[in-house]
Amino acid sequence: MIVSTTHEDTRTETPADGSDQDLNPGQLEDIVQLIRPDGSRAESPGFDPWVADVTDDELIELYQDMVVIRRIDAEATALQRQGELALWVPLLGQEAAQIGSGRALRSDDFVFSSYRENGVAYTRGVGLGDMLTVWRGIASSGWDPYAFGMATPAVIIGAQTLHATGYALGCAYDGVDSVAIAYFGDGATSQGDVNEAMVFASSFQAPVIFFCQNNQWAISEPVRLQAQRHISDRAPGFGIPSIRVDGNDVLAVTAATRIALDRARSGGGPTFIEAVTYRMGPHTTSDDPKRYRPAGDLEEWSRKDPISRVSRLLESRGVPMDEVAKRVEDKADAVARDMRAACIALDKELDPMTVFDDVYEHPHPGLERQRSQYAAYLASFEGDAS
Amino acid sequence: MTQLTLGGAINSGLRRALAEDDKVVLLGEDIGKLGGVFRVTDTLQQEFGPRRVMDAPLAEAGIIGTAVGLAFRGYRPVCEIQFDGFIYPGFDQIVAQVAKLHYRTRGKVKVPITIRVPFGGGIGAVEHHSESPEAYFAHTAGLRVISCSNPQDAHTMIRQAIACDDPVLFFEPKRRYWLKGEVSEDLGAETLPMGSARVAREGTDVTLAAYGPLVATAMDAAVAAADDGISIEVIDLRSLSPIDFSTVEKSVRKTGRLVVTHEAAQSGGIGAEVAAAVTERCFDWLEAAPARVTGFDTPYPPAALEEAFLPDLDRLLDAVDRVMGRRNSLTGWKATA
Repeated sequence: MIVSTTHEDTRTETPADGSDQDLNPGQLEDIVQLIRPDGSRAESPGFDPWVADVTDDELIELYQDMVVIRRIDAEATALQRQGELALWVPLLGQEAAQIGSGRALRSDDFVFSSYRENGVAYTRGVGLGDMLTVWRGIASSGWDPYAFGMATPAVIIGAQTLHATGYALGCAYDGVDSVAIAYFGDGATSQGDVNEAMVFASSFQAPVIFFCQNNQWAISEPVRLQAQRHISDRAPGFGIPSIRVDGNDVLAVTAATRIALDRARSGGGPTFIEAVTYRMGPHTTSDDPKRYRPAGDLEEWSRKDPISRVSRLLESRGVPMDEVAKRVEDKADAVARDMRAACIALDKELDPMTVFDDVYEHPHPGLERQRSQYAAYLASFEGDAS
Repeated sequence: MTQLTLGGAINSGLRRALAEDDKVVLLGEDIGKLGGVFRVTDTLQQEFGPRRVMDAPLAEAGIIGTAVGLAFRGYRPVCEIQFDGFIYPGFDQIVAQVAKLHYRTRGKVKVPITIRVPFGGGIGAVEHHSESPEAYFAHTAGLRVISCSNPQDAHTMIRQAIACDDPVLFFEPKRRYWLKGEVSEDLGAETLPMGSARVAREGTDVTLAAYGPLVATAMDAAVAAADDGISIEVIDLRSLSPIDFSTVEKSVRKTGRLVVTHEAAQSGGIGAEVAAAVTERCFDWLEAAPARVTGFDTPYPPAALEEAFLPDLDRLLDAVDRVMGRRNSLTGWKATA
């Protein structure tokens, strides 16, 4: 199932209008799946060994992570609706893609993400308040990248894939087996940066993983506008092996990420993973997907929900899921309460003089002059009230 | 002291930086075996190997973005953009990423990237090979922008740029690559700070501010003006962000007149910034409105027209006449003075 660089595509020509449903890049075919939507376990000789060590308890942990980040997502959306956040970027539906890959990483690996990877941030240990500072409008970055091995999320689409490639190159130069992983969406695959990153990563055999969450939508644009074939089909053209995985299957995502990590750590270079999933919510809290989402989509993808299938699988193995679900829900509620408290505690009243901070590492006389003039301006109001 | 060309002086500066800090890596197109199209990186790959001096795929955004990742990892990348007009595919990475990462991460991530750009015209090149894009970058918070005009400065400033923890756009005057001069590699305490302007020639009547390729032209103009009894003080700005206005201000308070020149187009350019700042700071000392002598607000023209486009000695002297209140091209023969 791993698409090698010599992968031969046996399908017929791509129609110019992309109307052939067989080539719909969003379709679930030729895909790695270990947990079916109904919760049954699918056999996959190539991938099973990579998750053979995952115990039921560990699967419960993954289940819990997914429930918690879904709860985080809902709470943050509510905070936005209540005016506490300016914006939120929901990940609803993409929990398995983010938790499965994020939990496969080591602490010395490094994540370069887009803005939707709050689930990955959670797996890196980013604090609940730190997750919100950007969306509360009080900072451009919520956390110290070096403290969590995760860069400030990139808003410019696809730019971070190059950063991941450069970082990975640095790891190789340093003689360590740390890996860089770049998260991006289906829309980003149209960007020059992403394609350039694949060229650089391939030419220098950088230990980097290109993790594409194909959630079918770039705001209102369907993936068909970005790609006439499976997105995973592109990487072999760059000399990069790729894996197309069910992004709503946390076990399959774990297996795919472990394969890619192993290849990168052992000097085998980059891997491209297309995790096929679905953005169940809006692009952001400012978006209205009712304007473009076809009827039936949500219903169809609800049946492929990443959390319920794990619940069913665990249940079939005799895990008392009523009990587990209750415990996990309680934890998720507690996290949501903590997050809400952390959000409200983030002071929006910033010292206006801090606008000048950290533009440069060394003082810049031009900016210092503006700083002192603005300080004098502000000082001129002192005493006015008396 | 060694006699070096300006290009050779940058080469020796890069060599020193590579030798002194193994986190310094060079990336660019054709910089390895070929030594760069201007030979500025000549022999460096032989000496330091293909990991330290990397031939990069032909993708400017790729070069800059990969450098950002290397900087994240603690490296000090030095990128070469082959020609000024090729920088635009990398513009987003420079402006949106390189310039802002330090600010966005509240100083947690340092971006000590140097981006070398051969710039300017005067070599009879085809389109996209003679541009002066420095103002775009001087307008961008988070970047430092410098330009050298002579071999000693070229050597000193490239080492300053690499040692600087802020990202630096380093503009190299490509038509002066073969200019020769004495170069000392012993910089002493001069490595930092970077960014001070230099009085290239003292004078009393007019301050003529220039940078990069036009410093030599300004010096020629000063010699010619001296024959005519006018004393020009030439300021080599060296740094375009920040601009060392204290040096310019001191000069203008002495001369009362300012002419500023660059090859780049006039509108929104460095000259506008210098003229505005000098007017703000030295209004009461000015004897005449500041004058700009620049490239026109046109695309860089075909080589057969570049002499018309580029500021030259005569256009500089004409502007000097203007600020001196003498007959000039704008007043014609009905001048008051």
